[in-house]
Amino acid sequence: MQPTSANFIANARDAIADDNLQLAIARVGENFGAKRQQAVDKLPEFDALCGRAVEIKDDVLAHLDYYLEVYERAVTASGGHVHWCATVEEACETVLRLCRSVDAKTVTKGKSMIGEEMEINPYLERHGIEPIETDLGEYIIQLAGEPPSHIIAPAVHKTKEQVTDLFHEHHRKFGKTERLTEGEDLVAEARELLRGKYLAADVGITGANFLIAETGSSIIVTNEGNGDLTQMLPKMHIVLASLEKVVPTLEDAATLLRLLARSASGQEMSSYTTLSTGPRRADDPDGPGEYHVVLLDNGRSELLGGEFQDILRCIRCGACYNHCPVYTSVGGHAYGWVYGGPMGAVLTPALIGLAEARHLPSATPFCGRCEEVCPMQIPLPKMMRHWREQSFQRRLTPGRERLAVALWAWFARRPALYHLGARFAIGWLFRRARGRGHMRKVPFMRGWTLTRDLPAPEGGTFQQQWRRRKRA
Amino acid sequence: MSNKTQGGRATILGWIRGSLDRGELSAEQRAAIDSRLANPRRNLIPARAQVDHAAQVELFLEYLGAANGTFTRVAAEADAPKALSEYLSSQNLPQRVAMAPDAWLQGLPWEKGAPLLERRAGPARPEDQVGVTGALAGIAETGTLMLVSGPDSPSTLTMLPETHVVVLRASQIIGAMEDGWDALRKREGQGKMPRTAIFITGPSRTGDIEMHMYLGAHGPRRLHVIFIDES
Repeated sequence: MQPTSANFIANARDAIADDNLQLAIARVGENFGAKRQQAVDKLPEFDALCGRAVEIKDDVLAHLDYYLEVYERAVTASGGHVHWCATVEEACETVLRLCRSVDAKTVTKGKSMIGEEMEINPYLERHGIEPIETDLGEYIIQLAGEPPSHIIAPAVHKTKEQVTDLFHEHHRKFGKTERLTEGEDLVAEARELLRGKYLAADVGITGANFLIAETGSSIIVTNEGNGDLTQMLPKMHIVLASLEKVVPTLEDAATLLRLLARSASGQEMSSYTTLSTGPRRADDPDGPGEYHVVLLDNGRSELLGGEFQDILRCIRCGACYNHCPVYTSVGGHAYGWVYGGPMGAVLTPALIGLAEARHLPSATPFCGRCEEVCPMQIPLPKMMRHWREQSFQRRLTPGRERLAVALWAWFARRPALYHLGARFAIGWLFRRARGRGHMRKVPFMRGWTLTRDLPAPEGGTFQQQWRRRKRA
Repeated sequence: MSNKTQGGRATILGWIRGSLDRGELSAEQRAAIDSRLANPRRNLIPARAQVDHAAQVELFLEYLGAANGTFTRVAAEADAPKALSEYLSSQNLPQRVAMAPDAWLQGLPWEKGAPLLERRAGPARPEDQVGVTGALAGIAETGTLMLVSGPDSPSTLTMLPETHVVVLRASQIIGAMEDGWDALRKREGQGKMPRTAIFITGPSRTGDIEMHMYLGAHGPRRLHVIFIDES
């Protein structure tokens, strides 16, 4: 998708004015947030598991080259193939070549964020192959022609009425003319129509939550079972994965899996956790005849060894989205590209460039909740600060902002002057408030006071108060 | 194809090493990782999985239920066919199933316990309403069934029919996923896996319409375990 991250501020304003969207994203925090807490409370070892998980991923990232080589050897030994792709262009070409090798007409797809990065659906369409999303949420937004708005609940921004309209419009050509309004009926109709698609597809594409170096397996974690049908029925199974997904052993995967579902949806385990290793064996009665892994870099290797390496620990649970006051106010589309929430605010500038995405790391009150709930203990706020710094140093920040920061910095380095300035400003604001506790308008602060009042200062500067209390 | 793939690998590995500011790992470093992979060690296993077997059985059934799975508990293997037949009746399902061609499962006294039941052995077909399988294990920690694909265990039976029935013995209950890895390594050999190993926790579900949970999104709407207490 063409990024619109540069328009974050306008996107956010539209999102806040959209009542349907506000209703929808309020559900995210209420549902996922509360359920995560319950699941964590039921597992006293949760924090200790997080600590171990961080060690596992740090070890992988420090030795990523060798783990990937071992992983590839294991895939090859089980009869599969790994395709190393530096860029999304290479990855798309590889998928197309594989699809053409089996004369694919239609391709079913399980949910994959790497597929979103690659824009694989429009790419396949342009080349005469029909991609069909099978995750219900992805299917809904494919009909709507929209990108996902949440990493594990892609259609969370859609109301039931909107789904009714979409199905009514798009299912007519399959002879389904009844307008369904009950959720159960909508799920059943999608199930029925997609059944035929699974059976007819030549290729099934899934993502991967983890890759296992020990065995060459890929893992998907789902609730619907669509990823399983996608990969077991067609002739060929293609896995789209980015290279930091590798973990050493089955035991390490088990540790990470204990964190993933609980952090994501508050489930003990998702309904299905599936390990796929190579194609069907000679005496297997079913399964795909070919197994290919498209291993994508797309800028990730550049993050190793630097201040953003820790974001590569991310297991895409979405907990940071669900607990972020910004995400739960503006939803996922405002972020303008594949990833949203705090992890998107950190990862997106790395993948599409800071010039395009510089607003995202500024869209934070630095409350720190994302880091608190992150099972991989990724220092998200710290990394957003790094991006802000870079944005300032690279002169991507506009002149007025830069001037304001420079002015503040000049004062901040001169404490006596700073204090004097603060005393003056507080006195002026206090008089301006004229005894009311707040004020509606303040010069130069229209952007702030447009949507809220500014509380009037009371009792002098911090330093004055400090001195007074020390005396008392 | 292979040339480009080769080029891609060398390029990407070069970038990784460049970012990490080093060359290839030394022989000792590689040997240390090889040894870590050849002797997989368990990490932390939650205490609730490490209880005695009777408690594991109860935990398994409790979490299976919490995940919307159902079960019938019978005393002996010989009771399983009747339990299946009764379950099908209770759900208004036909007495017709696709069953895994597993020797133990097929060897249960079906004619005696469920004389009306039609059984077909083999992978699932689109028209099948009920799939019946065994399992490699049941995991107490989360109420999870572990199944692996193979000649006697087609993957499609777990996913294509609307109802999935698993016949499980109490002796197959294990504490944690790690016990499952041990069992699998013993069967397949170190570092080897069957095409599919699936961990099933309750029936298929979706929360994709307004975050309301509906069962039976694409996989089975019902997951039922016939649990045999006798080992």
